[in-house]
This record gives sequence, structure tokens and C-alpha cells, in this order.
Amino acid sequence: MPETVRVLIDGRAVDAESGVTIAAAAINAGERALRTSIRGERRGVLCAMGICFECRVTVDGHPHRRACMDLVRDGMSVETRAGGTGLAMRGPGRETRSARLETVSCDVAVVGGGPAGVAAACRAAEVGRRTLLLDENLAAGGQIYRRRPDREPPPKARPWLQRLARSGAAVRNGICVFDAVREKDGWRLSASTDAGDLIVRARAVILATGARELFLPFPGWTLPGVYGAGGAQALWKTGASMRGRRALVAGSGPLLLPVASSLSRAGARVVLIAEQAPLAALTRFAGSLASSPGKLLEALRYRAAFAGAPYRSGTWVKEARGDGGLERLVLTDGAAEFEVRCDVAAVGYGLVPNVELPRLAGCAIEGDRVTADASQRSSVPDVFCAGEICGVAGLETAIAEGEIAGLAAADRWEESSEAPRLTRARARGRRRAARMDATFAPREELRALSRADTIVCRCEDVPLGRIASCGSAREAKLSTRAGMGPCQGRVCGPALRFLFGWDWDTVRPPIKPTPLGSLVSVEELA
Amino acid sequence: MASPDVLIVGAGIVGAACADALSAEGLRVEVLETAFPGGGATGAAMGHLVVMDDSEAQFALTEYSRRLWTALVGHLPASCEDEAAGTLWVAADADEMEHVGRKARFYGERGVEADVLSEAELLEAEPNLRPGLAGALRVPGDRVLYPPAAARWLLERSAARGVSRRAVEAIAIGPRYVETRTGRLSAGAVVNAAGAAAPLLTPGLPIAPRKGHLVITDRYPGFCRHQLVELGYLKSAHSPTPESVAFNLQPRSTGQMLLGSSREFVGFDASINRRLLARMVGRAIEFAPAVAGLSAIRAWVGFRPATPDNLPLIGRWEETPGLFVAAGHEGLGITLAPATGRLIADAILGRASAIDPSPYAPTRRIPRAAHA
Repeated sequence: MPETVRVLIDGRAVDAESGVTIAAAAINAGERALRTSIRGERRGVLCAMGICFECRVTVDGHPHRRACMDLVRDGMSVETRAGGTGLAMRGPGRETRSARLETVSCDVAVVGGGPAGVAAACRAAEVGRRTLLLDENLAAGGQIYRRRPDREPPPKARPWLQRLARSGAAVRNGICVFDAVREKDGWRLSASTDAGDLIVRARAVILATGARELFLPFPGWTLPGVYGAGGAQALWKTGASMRGRRALVAGSGPLLLPVASSLSRAGARVVLIAEQAPLAALTRFAGSLASSPGKLLEALRYRAAFAGAPYRSGTWVKEARGDGGLERLVLTDGAAEFEVRCDVAAVGYGLVPNVELPRLAGCAIEGDRVTADASQRSSVPDVFCAGEICGVAGLETAIAEGEIAGLAAADRWEESSEAPRLTRARARGRRRAARMDATFAPREELRALSRADTIVCRCEDVPLGRIASCGSAREAKLSTRAGMGPCQGRVCGPALRFLFGWDWDTVRPPIKPTPLGSLVSVEELA
Repeated sequence: MASPDVLIVGAGIVGAACADALSAEGLRVEVLETAFPGGGATGAAMGHLVVMDDSEAQFALTEYSRRLWTALVGHLPASCEDEAAGTLWVAADADEMEHVGRKARFYGERGVEADVLSEAELLEAEPNLRPGLAGALRVPGDRVLYPPAAARWLLERSAARGVSRRAVEAIAIGPRYVETRTGRLSAGAVVNAAGAAAPLLTPGLPIAPRKGHLVITDRYPGFCRHQLVELGYLKSAHSPTPESVAFNLQPRSTGQMLLGSSREFVGFDASINRRLLARMVGRAIEFAPAVAGLSAIRAWVGFRPATPDNLPLIGRWEETPGLFVAAGHEGLGITLAPATGRLIADAILGRASAIDPSPYAPTRRIPRAAHA
């Protein structure tokens, strides 16, 4: 039986299972909103992956903690109605400059604990390289195998995670890499954790920072109860119950079906799955899957699990409505509009590679992805890239790329007898990814969803109308504050790229919000 | 279209203020901008409107300009984030406290409100400063605003008087013309307000880019209330050493803390100098230890247009007929923009100014730059 802890949420005592996130505990206690935006709107979780900063709460007096990343602790006090004065405010995790500093040297440092990062760390460590895996999540496995750290990983994740445990690679979780600097004999990574700061010196670095969801704004998308598609799934994986909820899954891509499955397992009644891609494109896609029948089967299994949930293609969310929280969605198929009553919306339009760290390291980027050669080597010496940052291509591709990168970073790729197998797996995945990109490309109509008063930058509450008169991302930033909040443009940047074609490519350290003291201590130590 | 009376090169805060002042005189003005208003040093600046006292000339210009800003604040839209924060010049020890006394007399004798805070009064005013500091000078009339929004507002106000803007890159300036990527534009007079890029258009201007870092935090409303500047700031600002930092912490109206400042001469290298940024933040932590726990969400750099004698270049540039210079404001461009606009208008119209403009004449004898 899981232990029960007592948490105060805005002064109200709430019981929660230990091991769940604050966000999950709040949702289970009926609190959909976790913060008040700068314009005074109540906001809830969006991404649930530590990207969007919409779920920032004050924990035991420490402001700006991400409720989706922190676990509940007995006696913890959570405030969702921030404000107050800065006099009593302390920073995230520490009173003053931390003395807890550590330098670690290794042969291969891997950033990102998803399938690509885990595979990379295994392969490098297994051939004797001193390997360190750095993961922002509290348990390795990435978003696909996101879980409560007190729970066993799902069966499919076990082989690789057990292999990681045996490989000899050191693993650090709950650590945020905020800078990467080229040094004489390799790379220096600067990282911060709640327990202190860390400098990692590595001869080679493997970046496997994965992807985040693509959110396309629509009126009402800021209402609590409107989650990302992967976001809603991540909430469930980290302990949120959806019991008794009416849920609608919408957006685009192969993720929608497993998301619906997760919500159903979380106790929700899934009333509709709405895929924006037209049926013709889906049919072509299904036909082209003949080369990998396993994939089609997987899709069908999910579909079958959802006999009860109608699936509509060529249908998208136009607007979310409700008073202080989601109550109903307006959908359309381009011809007719209809309304659906629901209190959970899981809406995502596919994935965006997290290329901030590779960009900071100077890796060549093409479009939204890192350019890597046959050995997963980036354009920068001693930096390898694997997984979704090289293009979103699914689990098998990520693992193959991770293995290749791990072997290459360990100088074992050229001689590897596995090269043909891994190269084939990667090529298969890449071909499939290209078909997926074409199938699930967001339709033109989605550009017209937002109205002048629709918030596009959720950190700074900037509506579309103010941004639309600008000519570039940089002008929008300086003129409207769009992209200037703690998510650093990770949410509105890709949306504005879709809406206006703007490049959103400035990356400077720190690439994630970082205590000022950490910026000092890592340099003093370096 | 008939050529305008005045072409202004640069749409930063200084170019915008010149457009504002010239159009107020009824002159036909066109502003040339490379991309959008306030995209250079204006967009990177802190926006501290401050009266300075390191020379009579600097005092006269900053005091005049702050008065002009103060008269404008009732008109500024909310986007300009104007805040009557006031400055606290923080003294670390008894020596610096003596300096505070001299500074207080200097301001007092010249009619600028300023009062001395004891150690206890300082801690009461700003509890996040460390105990043991000696005290401070408070200058309540100093202000804070958001510079790119202020530049845009000045240009919008000018546009209502007929000022036009043209997005084109200037590549050279000659007698009563500007050479651009798309051809030559003529005017009765030209104002070079291109900031750190001014000498690229007017060779011989003694201006060098002086790089600075800033870092901004998430929202911590009330963490500090005044713009906090260490008294040793001038030592940094006027340091002949290639690198210097000073404690400079500003409360934004958003509740965010904006932290400076650093100075270095490295050309237009826009990369973050991590070591210097760390020194700068470390300096702030020495004064306000709780700064260490604030969450930094973004760091950036900008290029101050620095002159060897720390005074701007405002007025006629004799070598080129019809050319006026409004540049070289180093870290004071936001403060000095309105006064610069007035002095330029006076110079172009050939009339007397409210203050003696000769200390800022671009053709004055300037001591050789320590950094040249």
C-alpha cells in the first residue's frame, strides 16, 4: 500500500499518495488551476513535462516550482495564488549561494534519460567508457516511460533500464543542464539540482534531449482542464486520476490513440478522439505501413481498446469554453461545428525537437532538427546527437540512434558488427517519420483559429493581436514580451513559427531557468 | 516625394527622441531603421533614468534630460513600464560613506533631491541587502522604464506629426545625404544616431562598442524597491581596465529583477562571457546574498557606444556639411535621449540651448581613449 502524505494546498489539507507529483495531487484534490497568470487568469498544467512553466507554484515559500516535476512531501505547503512580497521569497531550492558543488569527469556524458539516452549510455558504458547519464526527470525512461519514481517501470521499458543498471553507467536524475562549453579536451556541462550544482567534464557528449509537444493556440486553450495530449498522459503517469471525467482527445499524430488509452485507464470516459488530418491522408499512411505491419497492429489494438470512443478524422478543436475552467469544446470538420461537453481536453499537434542544448553547443540545425552524420556525430567535435532531436521518428529509431551514438562516442562504431542492423533500423524509422510528417502536417485552417485576443505567449499573457503587427520573432519579443517568460519561448516559439514562419533561434545560457548562484558557482569551480 | 528636412539614421531611443524633438518644431523628418525601433542598445538596456555627478557636464545633461523625461511620464503608455523607483547609491564602507556625503552636497547644491540613509535606514528600505553596509544616498527622482517601448512610443508620437520611417540599411553618410542599400537619400540635414554603429557611417567618430551583460529573473515582487547601485559603480564605468563589473539591481514593474552590470571592450562579439557574467552576479550576491536563490530566466548582451571622455557626441560634425551627430551615450542613452533630441533640434535650427552644449560638441578636444 502506498504511503499517504498530507499536503496543504492554499491552506487546505489534502491527502495524497507519496510518489505522485504536486500537479497530480492537486488534480486529484479537485484543483485544476495551479497559478494566477500576470493578467489574473487562473491557469493549470499544460505540458506536464517541465517545459511550459504553466504549473508554477510556491512550495514551502519557494516560488516558481514546477508542480509537474516536484513530488509531494508530508507537511508540504503549496500555494497556487502567488503574489505576496519578495521579502520572504526564496529562490528555487536554496537560501543563499550553495556550497554543495561537485565536479565529475567522465569519458562520455549523456544528456537526456529517454530511450535514446539510455541506449547510448548502455552502449558506451558496456565497452568500458566512464559514462554519466544526466536526466531532468526523477526516473529514467523519458516521456514515453514517464513514471512515478516509486513505481516499477512499465514492462516494455524494463529490458533497457535493467541493462542500464548493469552497464556501469552512473545515472543522475532531477538534474538540469543549463550550459555547455567547449574546452580543450572535450566539453564542460553546467548543471543545477535542488541539492547543489554540478560540473561535468566529458571527452564526448551525447545529446538526447528529446521532444516536447507542439501546441497551436486556439481561443480558450488557456483554460484549466485543457492539457497537452502528451501532457494529459504524463499527468496520469505521475499519479493523476481522471476518474469520472469526460475527456476529449484532439490534435494530430499517432500519439492521440495511446493518450486516449491512458486517459481511459486513468478513469476518464473518452467521448471523442478528433484527428485534424484528413481521412485520405490517414488511409494513405495506413497503406504505406504495410512495410511494418507491427505498427499497424499497434494502432489497431489501441483503436480496439477504444471501441467506445468515437474517432473522427478531419476534425479539430476550434474553441474551448468555460467559466474559470474547461466546460465544453467547439469542434469543426470545416463544414459544420458541434459542441462537446467535457472537463478534460488533451490537445497536441505532434512533437517539436528540444534543440536548445545542441544549438547552444553550436551544432548545425536544419529546420527544427539537428544534423547528424551516419555515426550520429553532429557538426561539432565530440558532440553526438540521438533520438527525437534528430527528427521525431519514434521509439525504435531513437533506440537505434542512441546505440549508434553510444558506440561512436566510445570509438566502437566503425568496427561494430551491428552497424548494418542499426543502420537499417534507423533508416526504416526515418522513412516512416517522413511519411508521418506528411500525414499529420497541421492544416491551414489551424492558422486562423486564434483571434486578436487569444493568448499566444502564456508566460507573459501576450495576445495574438499584439504580435501580429511585428515582423520577426525578435521584434515580437522586444515589442510585446512574447517569449520572454520562464519557458523561454519553448511554447509560443513553435506556434509563432507555424503562424508566421518566424525563426526562433536565439539560445543563450542558461537554457533553462537557473538559480543565479549556480551561474556563479560553476564558473568559480571551473 | 520631396526630400525631408532631416534624415535620422537610427531608430533607437536617441534617434526616436531626435525625431520627436525635430517634428515638434515642424520639421519634416524621416527615420531610417535597419529592422525595427529599439533593436540595438536600446533593446538591451536597463532603462534607468538617473542623474549622474561625475562631471559638471554630465550632471547638467543628465539632470536636464531627467527633467524632460519626468514631464513625459504622464503621457507614457503602460507598455513603457515607467516606475518612480528612485536610486539608492549603496556605500559598502566608511570611505564610501564619506563619498555619499560629498555626493549629497553636490546634488543638494544643484537642486536635485537626495538624502543620506544610515546603515539601519538602508536595511529598512532594502531588507535583502546584507547587514554591515555603511549606508546609501537616495535619489528619489530617478526612474525606471522599458526602453524599446519608450522608443516606439516616441516614434509613434512623431508619426502623428508626419514623421515617416523607412526600413533600410544605411551604409554611408555624405554631405546632406545617406547612402543606403537601395540608393541615395537626400535631406537638408542628416543626424547620425546609429549608436555603437555610428563610426561605421561617419569614420573618425571616437566611439567604441563597450559590451555589457544583463540577466533577468522570474517575478519576485518586492524583492527590492529601488534601483540599487554600488557607489563604486563609477569606478567600473570609468575603469580603464578592459573588464569591470558593478552591483546594479533593478526592480522591474513586472516584479522581475534585472541585474547588471559589466563592461568590456571586445568589439561586437555578442556571445555570453560566462566568467564575466559570473563575476557580475557574484558581485550582486556580495551585496544582496538572497540574489543567489533567484531564478535567472534569460541573459543577454548589448553594446554601449562608448567615448574616451565618457560624454556623448551631440551636435554638428564639421567635416561633413549638413551632418549632426547624436551618439556616444555609453550607458546613459535612455536617460539622455530627450535632452539629446533638444540639443540636436537647437543645433539644426541654429539657436541657443537650455544648457551649454559645448562639452558635448563632437569636435571637442577629446583625450585619447584608454581603450583605443
